[in-house]
Amino acid sequence: MTTTTIGGHVLTVDQEGFLTDPSEWDDDVAVALAEQIGVVLDTEHREILRFLRAEHARTGETPTLRRVSTGMSIPVKRLFELFPVKPAKKMAYVAGLPKPRGCV
Amino acid sequence: MHELLVLGGGTAGTMVANKLRRRLEPDLWCITVVDQDDEHHYQPGYLQVPFGTADPADVTRSRHAQIADGVRFVTGTIDVVDAERREVRLTDGTVLAYEQLVIATGTSPRPDATPGLTGELWQHSIHEFYTLAGATRLREALGRFGRGRLVVHITEMPIKCPVAPLEFTFLAEAWFRGRGQRDAVEITYVTPLSGAFTRPIAAERLGHLLDERKIHVETDFVVEHVDDELSALVSYDGRTIPFDLLVTVPLNMGADFVARSGLGDDLNYVPVDPETFLARGHDDIFAIGDASDIPTSKAGSVAHFAVDVFVDNFLEHIAGRPMTHAFDGHANCFVESGDGKALLIDFNYEVEPLPGRFPLPFLGPMTLLEETRINHLGKQAFPWIYWNVLLPGRPLPLPAAMSMAGKHAPHPTDPEEE
Repeated sequence: MTTTTIGGHVLTVDQEGFLTDPSEWDDDVAVALAEQIGVVLDTEHREILRFLRAEHARTGETPTLRRVSTGMSIPVKRLFELFPVKPAKKMAYVAGLPKPRGCV
Repeated sequence: MHELLVLGGGTAGTMVANKLRRRLEPDLWCITVVDQDDEHHYQPGYLQVPFGTADPADVTRSRHAQIADGVRFVTGTIDVVDAERREVRLTDGTVLAYEQLVIATGTSPRPDATPGLTGELWQHSIHEFYTLAGATRLREALGRFGRGRLVVHITEMPIKCPVAPLEFTFLAEAWFRGRGQRDAVEITYVTPLSGAFTRPIAAERLGHLLDERKIHVETDFVVEHVDDELSALVSYDGRTIPFDLLVTVPLNMGADFVARSGLGDDLNYVPVDPETFLARGHDDIFAIGDASDIPTSKAGSVAHFAVDVFVDNFLEHIAGRPMTHAFDGHANCFVESGDGKALLIDFNYEVEPLPGRFPLPFLGPMTLLEETRINHLGKQAFPWIYWNVLLPGRPLPLPAAMSMAGKHAPHPTDPEEE
């Protein structure tokens, strides 16, 4: 665990830069994290982030791509458009949640 | 009489019934196991069938013969669990009442879930080895295949036995080499993960073995559909991987009755407490083995260690006491790497596979995360242990909890950062 400063916010992160304390997250932090991976947040992104955080609070796990897709009725294809290349990890990163547990 | 109903007579369900039969008073507790057929398969054997080192008959025995006297075995298809009325209905109309229910119906491959997979190429140039019938068909397909692009593919995690596709790849590479065809066959390993395996140190070591054998690895590949005309896998991010022979691991899902009964998650796995296997929101339903959503490998070794913990907890639970034993997610898997060698990995919820010796520190005789002949011999000896020690519920001198003795942690490296 280390701390890093992103967009003026001091954040506790793991080796890969994922936030380790979900309570350090707010909308400003989300905007700053999204900027790091070249994503500009719009309302659709924000709705997805809210869903991820609510699921994480409910189950204690970062939701998978499938969970987000079925839970929000969004096609996986659309998630790839909104968070290109590695959507599961990128969604978790911007939502201030741990990396989705590498399924074992 | 109290009724314990076990759904599924596979690895986990059989061990639960056999172990509890010895621990529960025959005059007080009736144990019933339900399964849809009477064929128990030694599923690790599926991996050998395509290469002709095991025949379908070698891996199949009767289910009821594995189940102890004093346990009732019912053959039937489960329609639904009515948790409120505490009963299970079968499709033939049979109603089975329970006081405690154990769901051990595992997971199964769903090729239909990927668009285009079961089209014209299915069972011609597209195969799978997660069913005995599929593994048998693949044997013929491999025999006919002498030249071209072999693609080994994982659709989505989690899958049963997550090391099996890697093992298949290693064995296929060695097999083509043995037949003098290696130069004519291009092998690609396609995974939705960011590396060859899920945890960093094992991913690095296994990735290195793939590299050594000139097997190309395509990572972070989430398949959208199979294009029949191009004979290619197509991903959501637009990558195309053409094949002449595709060996895919289809999406794995828990049993459909779990969804119909309102007991499952998106993939029909039963959400449970990962330490006790008690289904969330229920006091009389457990799920054990591949059927649950615990965050560790779906594997027979996990079922074995889990059942050891479960049995003690179950006795406390029915006595009205709190359950005091906690499962740590312990898994222990042989990984066949070809040429008569294998690796061994040992890990749990928190500790990733590490190098070292097993089961005894320094002495082994098994070596963790390294290719040895002894590890391969261990895997060869395993079917006997499975049928004669594990399934009957006899004690195996291996503790259920993972041990750190004999292990050492090199500096972790992350495959993402390579």
